[in-house]
Amino acid sequence: MRFLLDDEQRAFARSLDGMLTAADTPAAARAWAAGEHAPGLAVWRRLGEAGVFALAAPGEYEGVGPLPVETAVAFVEVGRHAVPGPAVETVTAVALLSGLAELGVPGPAKRLLPALVDGGTCATLTLTGTGTGTGTGTEPHALDADAAGVLLAAGDGEVRLAPGHTDLRGSLDPARRLGRLLPDGEVLASGDAADAAARCALDWAALATAAQCLGIGYALLDRTVAYVKERTQFGVPVGSFQAVKHRLADVLVRLEFARPLVFGAAVSLRDGDRSAADVDLAAAKVTAGEAAYDAARVALQLHGAVGYTAEYDLSLWLLKARELRGAWGGAGMWRGRVLRRAGGG
Amino acid sequence: MDLDFTAEEGEFRRRARAWLAAHVPAEPLPSLETEEGFAAHRAWEGELAADRWSVVSWPEEYGGRAAGMVEWLLFEEEYYAAGAPGRVSQNGISLLAPTLFGHGTAEQRARVLPPMARGEVIWAQAWSEPESGSDLASLRSTARRVRGGWLLNGQKTWSSRAAFADRAFGLFRSDPEAGRPHRGLTYLMFPLDADGVTVRPIGRLDGKPAFAELFLDDVFVPDEDVIGEPGQGWRIAMSTTGDERGLTLRSPGRFLATAGRLLRAWHAHGDPADTALRDRVADALIEARAYQLFTWANASRFAAGEPIGAESSLNKVFWSEHDIAVHETALDLLGTEPGDWTEGYVFALAGPIYAGTNEIQRDIIAERLLGLPKGRR
Repeated sequence: MRFLLDDEQRAFARSLDGMLTAADTPAAARAWAAGEHAPGLAVWRRLGEAGVFALAAPGEYEGVGPLPVETAVAFVEVGRHAVPGPAVETVTAVALLSGLAELGVPGPAKRLLPALVDGGTCATLTLTGTGTGTGTGTEPHALDADAAGVLLAAGDGEVRLAPGHTDLRGSLDPARRLGRLLPDGEVLASGDAADAAARCALDWAALATAAQCLGIGYALLDRTVAYVKERTQFGVPVGSFQAVKHRLADVLVRLEFARPLVFGAAVSLRDGDRSAADVDLAAAKVTAGEAAYDAARVALQLHGAVGYTAEYDLSLWLLKARELRGAWGGAGMWRGRVLRRAGGG
Repeated sequence: MDLDFTAEEGEFRRRARAWLAAHVPAEPLPSLETEEGFAAHRAWEGELAADRWSVVSWPEEYGGRAAGMVEWLLFEEEYYAAGAPGRVSQNGISLLAPTLFGHGTAEQRARVLPPMARGEVIWAQAWSEPESGSDLASLRSTARRVRGGWLLNGQKTWSSRAAFADRAFGLFRSDPEAGRPHRGLTYLMFPLDADGVTVRPIGRLDGKPAFAELFLDDVFVPDEDVIGEPGQGWRIAMSTTGDERGLTLRSPGRFLATAGRLLRAWHAHGDPADTALRDRVADALIEARAYQLFTWANASRFAAGEPIGAESSLNKVFWSEHDIAVHETALDLLGTEPGDWTEGYVFALAGPIYAGTNEIQRDIIAERLLGLPKGRR
């Protein structure tokens, strides 16, 4: 038992952190929100070069995976840097196509995976209807479909390549633009294989979203800690006041107890420990989502009015935390899954 | 990164499970906060000790099995999963024993630890005083040097288990001239039936005498019952409180077992339409799992030689609040008829107060882990 990241995994995190810091992701996120994708896609290609989108794909499709632990490591950094674009959706699409290949439907993987794996294009996907074991309507929205080269619709015993999308509408997070996929299009798989691949995709969506939330939470905490050390009132840093300290301490407690759930879920998924993975992924999704949202509320409060402005970069993380709380199924759905899978009933 | 156990660890777990299955009392023992229950729990400690299961992490010479951290955590999971009784020796085992291993003499260990392991001597803590709670270093009880030992005077309070225990350990001011409050304190052990000791039990919320006040009037303590150097008590005690908040006071096994009981109660009595309560049951399971995984991560860090310092404050805040939430959920589900859940609820309510209040823990987290500036408390 060694429930710690190894040196290589830590080095991977550091290199992504360094690369994304240098890439000025806040500027790319603002451009993305304005419909200008070029800076974000440049970041995307660098994530591809770093191997992030290869982590969910097996070697025969130019991947290096499946590596859920490394995926979690990468998505903590994606969250920490407020990277715009359908990153979770792309990794989920990679997992979906890889899952189909493993289930005896290799055609779509051969055709679509290479461009997704190397970061040349991104994918978006929806998960609707039944077949995922979580009820209906897990993720009916297609994120950033106008930037995606691959539009996948999964659910109800079918995986489809959608022919297009509706007009995108913003969300509370201007860098996350949501739409619907159009009906019809090419059916890539159907029946049990499609349902099984959709369930597999949902695992990866939950894992990547939870990890992204964790990174968002730590970014909000770090920025707020730095701010309350600098900001003085009554002649002292506001961070010396107990009311401020205790709120930040609670944020750290929540994040530090969400983190092992995220990595525990990754380990269970990697090891194919189905009963543990079912509970751990759900637990991670709920806990990291709530911890990030809690961090956002505290970050806003402790920044005061400056945090409430669109101009200040804090808003990039604040609003994403709210959006991700409900993405890929809300807390109620995942809590229900914890109870169902934890035994009985 | 893995969650796999070695064959030896698996075997250790199986042996613990088998022993517990054969020995755990079929009926729960009476509350350990009553005279009758205290005696029954003491006898249970003896039964554990007879087969070397009372202090598995201690060296064999003191009655243990030299189990590592991972094995100890596995034992704890099995222990509470089996529904075994609460540990009346907890204060001695988790607070005093680590102090003796770290700072005691070989003679003290040989004299104190085996009877502790067998439940023959049950220990109470004597930290707080009427005017010294969170600000423990302001304590005023004194230890005055006399020939061959020390004379203790003053008053201790909130002394857990002291109503029925045999001996106590705590801090006393031995050098009133020392410049700063946390200097000049000495760590001593003393019998609760010694001349000059008056024990006045205090009823907790449900009236049970779970703790006591201690009045000390010229109580003689021989030099052999001083732990470490006189005047070094604060440093020694802090190494103990770190253990108390951290890995060794509240193992995940307890919380996993309690969350499992809540889940069974939910399936038996819950209304599936009550999604608000359902979510709280789910959170109980999620938090217990989070605590288990957090602890495996800490045990891994410990094994890798990394110190566990102020991080233990994260633990303490988490388990104490989790414990209350789980019991509140159970009471909302099942009602408040007296039983295991109500007793557990009353016990859980003390969690955020003892072992350093959660407000003190949050100060530690903010200042030592987040690097926020010190301020007025």
